[in-house]
Amino acid sequence: MFKYLVSSIRHVGHGVIDSTWRLGYASRFFILVLLKSTTSLRRFGLVIRELYYTGVLSLIIILVSGLFVGMVLGLQGYETLQKFGSESAVGTLVALSLVRELGPVVAALLFASRAGSAITAEIGLMKATEQLSAMGMMAVDPVARVVAPRFWAGIISMPFLAAMFSVMGVFGGYLVTVVFIGVDEGSFWSQMQNNVDFRIDIVNGVIKSCFFGIAVAAIAVFEGYDAPPTAEGVSGATTRTVVTSSLAILGLDFILTAFMFRGIN
Amino acid sequence: MQRTTMDLWVGMFVMLGIGALLILSLKVGNLGTYGAGQSYDLVGNFENIGGLKVRSPVKSAGVVVGRVTDIQFSLDTYDAIVTMRINGQYTFPKDTFASILTAGLLGEQYIGLDAGGDEVMLKDGDKIMMTNSAIVLEEMIGRFLFDKAAEEDDKGF
Repeated sequence: MFKYLVSSIRHVGHGVIDSTWRLGYASRFFILVLLKSTTSLRRFGLVIRELYYTGVLSLIIILVSGLFVGMVLGLQGYETLQKFGSESAVGTLVALSLVRELGPVVAALLFASRAGSAITAEIGLMKATEQLSAMGMMAVDPVARVVAPRFWAGIISMPFLAAMFSVMGVFGGYLVTVVFIGVDEGSFWSQMQNNVDFRIDIVNGVIKSCFFGIAVAAIAVFEGYDAPPTAEGVSGATTRTVVTSSLAILGLDFILTAFMFRGIN
Repeated sequence: MQRTTMDLWVGMFVMLGIGALLILSLKVGNLGTYGAGQSYDLVGNFENIGGLKVRSPVKSAGVVVGRVTDIQFSLDTYDAIVTMRINGQYTFPKDTFASILTAGLLGEQYIGLDAGGDEVMLKDGDKIMMTNSAIVLEEMIGRFLFDKAAEEDDKGF
């Protein structure tokens, strides 16, 4: 009994110390990537190649889910607003919820599971097959050659993907409410334009998605670089990327929203 | 995949992204209605602003001519100082009347400007002298009930 108690306490302590150690290592790695970025930004072709794999290949899932999220928002919003006779406000509802919250957050969640996991698996597998050490042997810095371009590609593509998600969502909402249900088109757009502010809503949404891009890219490259060089290790790291970055996105979203939108309305 | 086609795809991706940002700011947001350049500020003191907020519209004859940019509480006169930014193409006479109105029964509140007949126009930073507070529904209902009760009393005697 006593032995069990001690071992469980020891287990908790080990977990805390281990995660603190990992956090410190991750921060040091993050600084290292930033320092090594200058060389990889000078060779921009590498970043463009990664932009293709992280950004362009994520387009389909982002656009399709944006469309459907917007359609559902339009449908549900219409159902509720129609009870109060203000169904023309459905445009405002769709646009504000997409631009402020759903666009950046859902796009970042999709991006983490689509591109973040791929980055982790790729870097982890390169490490497991000793490609990274081989690069080191040839005096090619693996952090500058492999890690930094992926990191920057993630940061660059995230705001674009979030903006496309929002636009597709607004289009989906328009499709359902104006084209299918028959809400007045003029009031749909004019109410939206009256209530969505460029500075407060759109710029803040873009800032949010930049933060999410940094978080997802940093977590993905770190988990890949830190993965134990085994098949199990890589699969565990991939899972951790998706879980950690999803939690980071949601937590960051709360903090950023509290900073940005407090006391406006 | 050849390097050149990859560049093409990435270029298209970036263009799509910038296009999406443009659509968001022009079609969804109000960047298109910010108006070209010129605008001026007017100030007005209101006894009660009701539900007026920063960014509420300022209308004259139903046309949006500007927006509320700032609402402060004055410690000298114990009322609200509302700053509004008016589009530069609209000028108003010195004796313009500003009142806080409600769109519909429960709609958003806005400032309505009724132009007067003065020759002199309001300039940047000028104060609108004649203002009319928001109608607070509770006060109105309270007054109505009070009047009704008084009427009943009169009948009684």
